[in-house]
Amino acid sequence: METHINLLVNTVFVNNMIFAYFLGMCSYLAVSKTVKTSVGLGVAVIFVMVITIPVNYLLEKYLLKEGSLTWLSPKLAEVDLTFLSFIIFIAVIAAIVQLVEMIIERFSPSLYNALGIFLPLIAVNCAILGGALFMQQREFGTVWETVTFSFGSGLGWAIAIVSLAAIREKIKYSNIPAPLRGLGITFILVGLMAMAFMGFMGFKL
Amino acid sequence: MSQLFSSKNLKLLTNPLNLENPITVQVLGICSALAVTVKMKPAFVMALSVVIVTAFSNLIISALRKGIPGRIRIIVQLVVVAALVIMVDQLLRAFVYDVSKQLSVFVGLIITNCILMGRLEAFAMANKPWESFIDGIGNGLGYGWILIGVAFVRELLGSGTVWGYPLMEKLGMYTAGYVNNGVMIMPPMALILVGVIIWIQRSRNKELIESK
Repeated sequence: METHINLLVNTVFVNNMIFAYFLGMCSYLAVSKTVKTSVGLGVAVIFVMVITIPVNYLLEKYLLKEGSLTWLSPKLAEVDLTFLSFIIFIAVIAAIVQLVEMIIERFSPSLYNALGIFLPLIAVNCAILGGALFMQQREFGTVWETVTFSFGSGLGWAIAIVSLAAIREKIKYSNIPAPLRGLGITFILVGLMAMAFMGFMGFKL
Repeated sequence: MSQLFSSKNLKLLTNPLNLENPITVQVLGICSALAVTVKMKPAFVMALSVVIVTAFSNLIISALRKGIPGRIRIIVQLVVVAALVIMVDQLLRAFVYDVSKQLSVFVGLIITNCILMGRLEAFAMANKPWESFIDGIGNGLGYGWILIGVAFVRELLGSGTVWGYPLMEKLGMYTAGYVNNGVMIMPPMALILVGVIIWIQRSRNKELIESK
């Protein structure tokens, strides 16, 4: 239990997807104009991450890693398919996003309308693929750890986008120098927020 | 030959460098742009990889554009891009292993770099292969110069070197009392530097200023 809580705190605050690794910046900057839409996108990212990263973990463990095919036959112990991981991961992500979209459309039209255009966008959100690649690097022991890891990463991303949207809603009424308006001031804002998040560095329960 | 480099095609190459810059104007591909800019060498390798992948994925998708069914085009595009990125990744591992280690997951993240999908959707799906190829190179270069510019400032002020050459030390700045600025190496400064680049660019090109 302790490792899970530690992992959660670590992924939400210390190794925040946005502020420490800049993953998913494109949609982060494009969709953070109002709090309402950013909450929708944040929830969708958490949702897709919690499903795709554990699936990719299982694929990595039983298909791609060196010696992972021994469950098929001991002769395959030397096969190393790691070089295929990019293409497998992105295919899994794109397929699951499509699947999730269809399932939600069938069973919960109201949620489908709320998430709407964001779901297809998520397939090319760097945070999802980035999460999968970090999962590969960190070599987790069990599936449950990857579930916690992916939930924490998604939650960190969602917190980041909702707080930026809240600031941007307020800053609309302030008098910013014309060339800095819009994108420029947003970058500087994110930089300042990232500095605040640096305070969590080395934080451990 | 003259037709291949007509003024229209040259525009495709030069526009993304300034007025249609993928990072500062189209807001594409920021994820990887910020994380690899601590030192110039990885930034340069990253920029080169992106130029190659954008150019060739644009070329391939443009050549296939009439045969790709609309409904599954995203997955087809992703597979083409992923195959190219795997090739680049294996080449980097073979020839510049230390840089490949520094870039870590960010080579793989070229797949989801929004520049690629953005250009494929907006340009390659509607234009001929040669134009798309040039457009890919232009956008890759537009991305690259921002990357290298940010990396230059961060490396010079953060570590006092330029491409590993100890410039600050050779200029005698340390004996004059200069101290390396540690914040420059931290992630937030990359964001603020890009913000400053946008500020400078927009005050020089008034038409880019956003309306209220």
